Amino acid sequence: MTSTHPAVELDGLTKSFGAVTAVDGLSLRVQPGEVVAFLGPNGAGKTTTIDMLLGLSRPDRGTVRVLGGTPDDAVARGRVAAVLQTGGLLKDLTVGETVRMTAHFYRHTRPAAEVLERAGITDIADRVVGRCSGGQQQRLRFALALLPDPDLMVLDEPTTGMDVEGRRDFWQALRRDARRGRTVIFATHYLDEADAYADRIVLVRQGRIVADGTTAEIKNLAAGRTVRATLPGADQAALAALPGVDAVEVRGDSVLVRTGDSDAIARHLLTRTAARDVEITSRNLEDAFLALTTAQTGA
Amino acid sequence: MTTSTPTRAAVTEPDRRLPALGGFAPGALGIELRRVLRNRRTLAFTLIMPGVFFLIFGLPQGGQSLDNGRPVTAYIMISLAVYAAMVATTSVGGAVATERALGWSRQLRLTPLRPAAYVATKLITAMSLGLLAVVVEFVVGTAAGVRVPAYVWLLSGLAAWLGSLVFAAFGLFIGYLAPAENVMQIIGPVLAVLAMFGGLFVPVEVLPDVLQQVAKFTPVYGMGVLARAPLTGDGVSMAAVVNLVVWALVFGVGAARLFRRDTARV
Repeated sequence: MTSTHPAVELDGLTKSFGAVTAVDGLSLRVQPGEVVAFLGPNGAGKTTTIDMLLGLSRPDRGTVRVLGGTPDDAVARGRVAAVLQTGGLLKDLTVGETVRMTAHFYRHTRPAAEVLERAGITDIADRVVGRCSGGQQQRLRFALALLPDPDLMVLDEPTTGMDVEGRRDFWQALRRDARRGRTVIFATHYLDEADAYADRIVLVRQGRIVADGTTAEIKNLAAGRTVRATLPGADQAALAALPGVDAVEVRGDSVLVRTGDSDAIARHLLTRTAARDVEITSRNLEDAFLALTTAQTGA
Repeated sequence: MTTSTPTRAAVTEPDRRLPALGGFAPGALGIELRRVLRNRRTLAFTLIMPGVFFLIFGLPQGGQSLDNGRPVTAYIMISLAVYAAMVATTSVGGAVATERALGWSRQLRLTPLRPAAYVATKLITAMSLGLLAVVVEFVVGTAAGVRVPAYVWLLSGLAAWLGSLVFAAFGLFIGYLAPAENVMQIIGPVLAVLAMFGGLFVPVEVLPDVLQQVAKFTPVYGMGVLARAPLTGDGVSMAAVVNLVVWALVFGVGAARLFRRDTARV
C-alpha cells in the first residue's frame, strides 16, 4: 500500500449516547506523516471520535476511512495501532510476556526486544505488570502499539495520571520513535503537550472542530494582549469604544481589556482614569484554548 | 490526492497480510498455559485440594467394595477427578470475567486477534488444565493404592475430562455474564453445591428422596454417572446422557450468545 490515501478521513461523524450528542458532524482529514493533537476539554468528544476511528464503536452517521480502508481491516493488518486509556493489561504476566503474547497475534512484528527498547522498558521486561507503575504500564501499551510497526499511531490521553517525570519519559519515548512517515494522532487536554509535540492542532468542543491549524495559527487566533487594572466603577462602554480594543470585561473592581495595542490602553488607563495596578500579559495557547473551548457553552 | 514521494524509502515495508487462523497461535497459547500454571490459587483448588480430599475422605474407605467387587476408593477417586476437572475448566473459562474487568479484552480489540481465536485459546487452556487435574487425581489415587483395570482408568478419565467441557462453557458463560475481578470466589461455592448434587462428594443414593430427584436435573449429575460407569458396570442411563447433552447446550449456547453481545460494536 502506498501513501496515496489520507491516513485518516472522517466525514460527518455523529455519535449520540441517549440525549447527549458526543460527536456532532465531525469531519477531519489527516495526511500521512502528520503529527496531530486532538485538543479539547474533558467531554469534548475526543475519546468517542477515537473509538470510532479505531472501529471500537460505530458512528450513528458519517464514515470513517483509515489508510484508505475500514478501521477493522487497518487494525487486523497492523497498519494502525493505539494506546488507549481503557485498554487493560494482565497483571499476572510479565512485561516481556505481554509483548511476546501480543506479537503472536500478528502476521509479522518488530522484534520484542526492539519495541521494549524503544519504549524504554527493557530493564523491567521481567517485572510482573501488576507491580509496574502507571507510567511503566503506559509505556508497555506503547511498546505493544509499536509491535506491528504501524503507519498510524493513535494515542488517547497517553499521559493521564502520570507524574511530571512519567509524562516526560513517555514523550521522550514517543519522540525517539519519531520514524519518518508515521502518522500520529494524539488526544490530550494538556496544552503544553499539544504545543510541544504536534505539527497541527485540532481543537474540539462539544463534538465539533472549532479550530484546526498549526500551533502558531491556533495561537494567533488569540493574538494580542490583555491589560488588567484595578478600576472601581469602570465605564465598560467607554473603554470598549477605544481604538484597538477587542473586548472589555469587568470583574468586580478589576477590568480586563483585550487589545492589539496594549501601550495605548495602558497609557489611557493611567492618564485618563483612576486605574492602578496595571498589568499587561500576552495571550498564549491556553488563552486560545479557553477562548475557543469555553465560548458559548451551555448552549 | 497524489503524494508521489515515498515517505519511508529507507524502511522496508512491513508484512501487512492478515494473520492465519484469526491470530490463534501456539506461542500465545503456551504463554497462557504458563500463566495458568503460575496461578497458585488455581493450582490449589484444581490440583492440590481434590488430591487432599481423596486422602482425607477416600483413604478411610480402603478395603470396602462396591457391589461388583471394585474398591470404593476408586469410586471416590473418579468422583473427585470429575470435581477437579470441572473446577479447572470453570476457572479458566471464568477468567474471561477478570480479563474483561481489567480491560484486556478491549486491548485485544486493538490487535488482529479475532474473538473466536481468543475463545479457542481459552477452551484449549481450560481443557489442558482439566486434563492435568484428572491425571493428578488419578496419580494420587494410584500412589495411595487404588487398583482398577486399565480400561477403567482410560474410559473414566476420558469421561471426566471430556465432560468438563460442559464446565469450560459454563465458565465462559459466567465470564461473559458480568465483568468481575474475583469471579471464582463467587462460583467456587456454586460448584461445590453442584458437585454435591452430582454425587461427587457422596453418592446421590444417600441423599433424601426429594433431593435425589432434583439431583438428576443438575449439571454435574450426567458427567458423574458417565465417568463412574466403567467402574460400577451399571451401564449408562438415558437420563444421564440427556442431562449432559442438555447442559452442554444450555451453557454452550448461553456462552455463545453473551460472547456475541460482548463483541458487538456499539
